Amino acid sequence: MLGSLDARIPVGSLEGKWTDHKFSMRLVNPNNKRRFDVIVVGSGLAGASAAASLGELGYRVKVLTYHDSPRRAHSIAAQGGINAAKNYQNDGDSVYRLFYDTIKGGDYRAREANVYRLAEVSVDIIDQATAQGVPFAREYGGLLDNRSFGGAQVSRTFYARGQTGQQLLLGAYSALMRQVAAGTVELHTRSEMLELVMHDGRAVGVVTRDLITGEIVSHSAHAVVLATGGYGNVYFLSTNAKMCNVTAAWRAHRKGALFANPCYTQIHPTCIPASDDFQSKLTLMSESLRNDGRIWVPQAHEDGRDPHEIPDSDRDYFLERKYPAFGNLVPRDVASRNAKTVVDEGRGVGPLRNGVYLDFSGAMARDGEAVIRAKYGNLFDMYERITGEDPYRVPMRIYPATHYTMGGLWVDYELMSNVPGLFVLGEANFSDHGANRLGASALMQGLADGYFVLPYTIGNYLSDFLGDPALGTSEPVFADAEQAVADEMNRWLSIGGTRSVDHYHRELGKLVWDYIGMARNKTGLEKAISEIPALRDEYHRNVRVLGSADTLNQSLEKAGRVADLFELGELMARDALAREESCGGHFREEHQTEEGEAMRDDENFTHVAAWEWNGEGTPQTRHREELEFENVELTQRSYK
Amino acid sequence: MSSEINLTLQVWRQPGPQAEGRFVTYEAKGISTDASFLEMLDIVNERLIENGEEPIVFESDCREGICGTCGLMINGQAHGPQKSTATCQLHMRSFSDGDHIVIEPWRATSFPVLRDLAVDRRAMDAIIASGGYISVNTGAAPDANLTPVPKETADTAFDAAACIGCGACVAACPNSAAQLFTAAKVQHLNLLPQGQAQRWARTEAMVETMEEFFGSCTNHGECEEACPKDIPIDFIAWTNRDYIKAKVKNRKLAG
Repeated sequence: MLGSLDARIPVGSLEGKWTDHKFSMRLVNPNNKRRFDVIVVGSGLAGASAAASLGELGYRVKVLTYHDSPRRAHSIAAQGGINAAKNYQNDGDSVYRLFYDTIKGGDYRAREANVYRLAEVSVDIIDQATAQGVPFAREYGGLLDNRSFGGAQVSRTFYARGQTGQQLLLGAYSALMRQVAAGTVELHTRSEMLELVMHDGRAVGVVTRDLITGEIVSHSAHAVVLATGGYGNVYFLSTNAKMCNVTAAWRAHRKGALFANPCYTQIHPTCIPASDDFQSKLTLMSESLRNDGRIWVPQAHEDGRDPHEIPDSDRDYFLERKYPAFGNLVPRDVASRNAKTVVDEGRGVGPLRNGVYLDFSGAMARDGEAVIRAKYGNLFDMYERITGEDPYRVPMRIYPATHYTMGGLWVDYELMSNVPGLFVLGEANFSDHGANRLGASALMQGLADGYFVLPYTIGNYLSDFLGDPALGTSEPVFADAEQAVADEMNRWLSIGGTRSVDHYHRELGKLVWDYIGMARNKTGLEKAISEIPALRDEYHRNVRVLGSADTLNQSLEKAGRVADLFELGELMARDALAREESCGGHFREEHQTEEGEAMRDDENFTHVAAWEWNGEGTPQTRHREELEFENVELTQRSYK
Repeated sequence: MSSEINLTLQVWRQPGPQAEGRFVTYEAKGISTDASFLEMLDIVNERLIENGEEPIVFESDCREGICGTCGLMINGQAHGPQKSTATCQLHMRSFSDGDHIVIEPWRATSFPVLRDLAVDRRAMDAIIASGGYISVNTGAAPDANLTPVPKETADTAFDAAACIGCGACVAACPNSAAQLFTAAKVQHLNLLPQGQAQRWARTEAMVETMEEFFGSCTNHGECEEACPKDIPIDFIAWTNRDYIKAKVKNRKLAG
């Protein structure tokens, strides 16, 4: 059905592509913009920034979010910062260097053209956010401060204490609410998208369920924008918020949108280790802590001594030892895998021996406690609230946890999926991070997509439909989609099984973590491909969803989300199995160097894998988009 | 060190917005002190489902104290007994074996109960929509370093901007005023040079929208005590000052 995928990357020099393309794209004149309806699903950084920008341009925008307010989206929890090639620090940064670091950090599995555009617009994001009143950290002279982050040798990260995501999201949210007040954006909270509606091969709307009343509602539009985040909750335990899920993207996948690179998931190195079975989620400690904290474990196995009693000579600062150039600031995947190695060796610390130390005693001796408190105070407080331990006195314990998913719906250069009229932004798409995302790049991508890419590219699509009204919601395609949602609700309520949705979610998470976690191998992946569907069948037979569909029913909401995560989990395993190489966050044990580093196979796998839905019970078909590197030489990443 | 405790919970159950509510008592046995308060409720809910009873509806999302989704009245205290801590960050080590815990939703006319412990807080979005922004269209911004902002100013603006919009200030206020929430946003923007152009219009619109939906502030100070982000009521004082000035200046502008 599909040949080799065409990303429609403009020709021309890397530096000129976006500028030239902006000129060559068709425009919709200001008076005509108000004749187009656009649905934006999700109100995080990507969704809120896109909706606000489209509203400002004059489009009729409808924002759908399952939260009670757009301000809740999980972008709010991002701590560390946002990258931008401002070169305010005079340390040699440039658009090209940010592009290069991001391509390299992604292990050469992202598109050059997309990543260059991302680096190019990064500087505009900082200007925009500052003008909105985002209170970025400043120097005493009143100018903006920067810090360095993993995977980079320059200081290009802008930050707002340890709450950068919160402040950027509140900026985008305020821009959005301004448009709501202006009447250009219609906001529907507590509305969960459960179906994508297609007509003549195009996306023409969505069907939502009102989470309070259970009402099933059709929304039609000329274009649908998904900005619905990532799928890290497939692991059950992750740093994602409890409600994060893959449902919107997955329902689009089931209608024909290709799902790209699902096996590229990121395990963040600095999270608080799990303490018990009842653990409901894991909490991230910003990676910025690695600027001043030193990571170590005891040299000896099962060293039971208090960390203060272990002299330097008995400690192994394993990242500094193995990677002298980058030390504790190696990229996330490298830091995570090394932590796993030492814990697997039996050198883990803490009551469950499931962590490594992140030690600030050296930094406090050097800079004083006050300086450390000013930089990281809120993170230290958070750590103490969760663990009951004081990190100013006792080294923190950290361990990797799932944090971000680089895979997502396939999109072309204009951020449109293979389904015409369906655009995908932010973490929900697969586009810019390749096989591994660098720290402080997620906020950058979400806002780049929403503020500075989609508002241009969507016009290029819409201009074909000038004068055509959006399809009426009384059309049969909408009635069918509404019926499908109603049937689904009834199906969950009528199973009458014995175990809760959360029980199955937790069991799924264990399989995915064990077989498709930080390190994967053929045997484990084959097990995942047989065990996940078996558990899914049991789930569909034996889950217990109580109550009714016409009220706020959180078990019912979760039932559909977990069903989609089951299908996604299986696809992740197939994708990981098919990708016979190690790259970025995808580490196949069969493909490593003698030193245990990831080994890519550029000859056979310099491509994007994009999977096509073939109906329930039939495995998806794998399509390829070849990645062409015209500017960057593919090398083995080395952070030594 | 973790240990296990047994608790008696008295939980507000209300089937829907129009329905009558009542307290229902649940025994929560064998709860680890390492569990968070919401994990304790997760465990209770798992047991309820096993027994064929509908679980307690409560809202949460990030469980890191930043999204503002969660919020429970715990023994009459918004977000419970630990200062500067949202409900999701409260851990059971703050409680003792045998404790009796009363759990209620936020109580305020402007926060109608949707079900059990979940309330509707859309009135807070209405306050933001009335002026909680700087009007700058995408693409129109000058270079970020064009206007230096004194570090102290930026830091104080940040202290205000740290509000998570949970509504604890409303729940704690005897008047059910959202003045701390409103003042935090007003001052975050009014303190910054970027926010000056709309300072007076913003202040007037936001304060008056607050009064439209919520009770009036009479300086009880309960909000400051309940705030999980330690937003100080100084911001309310500054907002009151700005409001008086705004009334004068806006009238003058109107001619």
